[in-house]
Amino acid sequence: MSTAKLQPLPAILIANDLLTGDTVFFTGDGWTRHPGEALLAGDEAASIRLEAAGQEAMQLNRVVDAYLVDVVLSEGGIPVPRHFRERFRLLGPTIRPDLGKQAEFPGLAAQAGRTR
Amino acid sequence: MTLLDRHGFRPDPFRRLPAAEIAGHPAVIVPLADVQAGLLVRALGQRIGIDIANTLPAEDATAFANQVDLIAIAFPGFADGRGFTLARRLRRAGFRGILRAVGPLIPDQFAYAMACGFDEVELPDAVATRQGEAAWLADLAIYSTSYQRDYARGQNILEARREARTGGAT
Amino acid sequence: MYRYDEFDAAFVRDRVAQFSAQVQRRLAGALTEDEFKPLRLQNGVYLQLHAYMLRIAIPYGTLSARQLRQLALIGERFDRSYGHFTTRQNLQFNWIQLKDVPEILALLADVEMHAIQTSGNCIRNVTADQFAGVAADEIEDPRPVAELIRQWSTAHPEFSFLPRKFKIAVTGAAEDRAAVSVHDIGLRIVRHPETGETGYAVLVGGGLGRTPMVGKWVRDFLPKPHLLAYLEALMRVYNAEGRRDNKYKARVKILVHEIGIEAFRDRVEAEFAQLDPLRIQADAAEVGRIERYFAPPAYAELQDNPPALRRARAANPEFDRWVAQNGFPHKVPGYQAVTLSLKGIGEAPGDITSAGMRLVAELADRHSFGEIRVTHAQNLVLPNVRQDELFDLWHALAAGGLATANAGLITDIIACPGLDYCALATARSIPIAQALATRFAAPDRQQEIGPLAIKISGCINACGHHHVGHIGILGLEKRGEESYQITLGGDAGNASAIGEILGPGLGADEVPDAIERLLAVYLDHRQPGELFVDSVRRLGIQPFKAAFNAELRHDAA
Repeated sequence: MSTAKLQPLPAILIANDLLTGDTVFFTGDGWTRHPGEALLAGDEAASIRLEAAGQEAMQLNRVVDAYLVDVVLSEGGIPVPRHFRERFRLLGPTIRPDLGKQAEFPGLAAQAGRTR
Repeated sequence: MTLLDRHGFRPDPFRRLPAAEIAGHPAVIVPLADVQAGLLVRALGQRIGIDIANTLPAEDATAFANQVDLIAIAFPGFADGRGFTLARRLRRAGFRGILRAVGPLIPDQFAYAMACGFDEVELPDAVATRQGEAAWLADLAIYSTSYQRDYARGQNILEARREARTGGAT
Repeated sequence: MYRYDEFDAAFVRDRVAQFSAQVQRRLAGALTEDEFKPLRLQNGVYLQLHAYMLRIAIPYGTLSARQLRQLALIGERFDRSYGHFTTRQNLQFNWIQLKDVPEILALLADVEMHAIQTSGNCIRNVTADQFAGVAADEIEDPRPVAELIRQWSTAHPEFSFLPRKFKIAVTGAAEDRAAVSVHDIGLRIVRHPETGETGYAVLVGGGLGRTPMVGKWVRDFLPKPHLLAYLEALMRVYNAEGRRDNKYKARVKILVHEIGIEAFRDRVEAEFAQLDPLRIQADAAEVGRIERYFAPPAYAELQDNPPALRRARAANPEFDRWVAQNGFPHKVPGYQAVTLSLKGIGEAPGDITSAGMRLVAELADRHSFGEIRVTHAQNLVLPNVRQDELFDLWHALAAGGLATANAGLITDIIACPGLDYCALATARSIPIAQALATRFAAPDRQQEIGPLAIKISGCINACGHHHVGHIGILGLEKRGEESYQITLGGDAGNASAIGEILGPGLGADEVPDAIERLLAVYLDHRQPGELFVDSVRRLGIQPFKAAFNAELRHDAA
């Protein structure tokens, strides 16, 4: 993911925490486990900054597999990925609503307007 | 590049040169294509090694294996394990000189490399800086035993069991 | 069961120490992610969608009650109190933190277990017939040789950085229950036609994934003392010549396909001819040492079909159905092997809770000499149950929700974790399995349909073995949606075959109806006693294809 060309916007930066493996989101000055706190890049300059932050965090061995994901902001204020894979990642296994972020953060699934 | 053997980092006595320029150097590594020329101009006591790709058929290397002092097998990446098999085949063919692995290996492969017949590893400096001498030597010490017979490794478990059964007599 | 001696025990301890140090070096930045990845994979650690996943080896599917209790404990302490049994007889935990892995590996070592080589481009955990040692149709127990191969392949200096993963399966039975023909190497224990001596018939180059292939015979009869040297020769040819330019062409099946089985055989034999088998093979005393661990337990002298069993079956139709469906003939009179289905209707195939593991462990202690087997169909087996204790066992299992009488039936669905967990998946698998199981849940309906293997993979890597399902389902992405491709006529057993694609991909909600249409063709056309897959063979794919495509709602692009 070295190029920001044609990166659809808005986008957030998603990764896994190296030590725990948790799915995490970049906030602008750190990483959060709550997708509602993710920094939204609305233009190309912002997405380039996000991508650079991902590269730096990987080099510092803080996270692995950092990349940009294009999203739609839900009515509940959650950046919801357009792709179903990243939507599942955001909330947790669809077959186990009792597990993952959907269980950990009450109301998240509703705020994200889970449709499937 | 940094050279490493089972005792740690050490200076590399070999220089890489084309055959035409080896005069006056006590130990040189020439490209495979230059090996015949190099052997022709070799001075008394001069040590000659060759660089080979890990895709070279073992038969092609064994043709002159008993005339060279060192064979350096390239590892294009650490995950490319062909060099381990080529080393085994060269040893089986009777090569008794120095076997060198050249490339960005990782310390976690050092004991494997030794077991397959390598004597030393030539690393890019960046790798040697990031993964210091201690990490390499630690890899040799981690396992006291292994499960494979007929590899150049410390005690193997099958022989150890046999000794335990026979009370130490073999 | 095999027990670790001092050397095995020391080895797994050393391995735990090594991995702990590797994690520390990774955190310190000495190892990059690219360098660390193969090391963690060779210790069973994947990075998945929500967390790390740890895949624990259950060599040749044999597990003790004590080991299963330890797995239950690990699940509670480090995961979410459940685990998932895979199609390669391994157990996966889905919610692991990297920092905990060394401690988990130490807990595994305490019970003579490990996660070594459950992933990565190395020789993977060796699998075998789940009924090994008890099956009535067995020539010889395959577990001693599987254990020999496990040890030989562990941390192999030459074969730990292969072009790609390498899977070996062994069976000693007439009926192949280990899917040996879809492994990189399949070994069948056979008798020499003239001498009667037992040895191995060797298949090579089977595999699923992007290019499914059935293995080809490379040796009809390999004498036992030659085994490890022959494997070394074969692995050496593969390591030197297997493709490394494209990961989808790197399995040994592609090498065999590209150069032809004859050329491949010649190269292996040429390499083998230069080896001294006796320098490589374990000596007879060592082989004998391993074999003794698999000696049969102290069976009682009993009669088959005792009155207590007959009475209980007559009095309780549900129990009767369970015995008929999940029972498997045992070679010793008065005993039975039984499948504990991990395919409860609406459950995730292969999942079991820590409480369920404890229950199974307790029942194994009480009824099966403390032994449990894991099947490649993602179920468990108690291999040594007295027939006069089956009713007690069934009661206890039913109380724990583990007495579903569907072994081998349409709801006994194989499914990989799919996109609910797996980072490689392109679509979900488990919801499809749940929808199908729910649709066909009625016991009478299942009986009417008879034995039928539905296998679901959430991507082309085919962990759910969809190619060899009688009905196979492959989840893909199509235009930003999950799409499911249906195949028909695959078989993982003796008549191994790769299924054929029926038509365009379906939406998830269309899958149950499409399966109904296929079943209708079968039920209309089957001859008395004919199984689904046999009808497919006799009728050919066309009538099924026609029915499948008849009611598709969208384009057939």
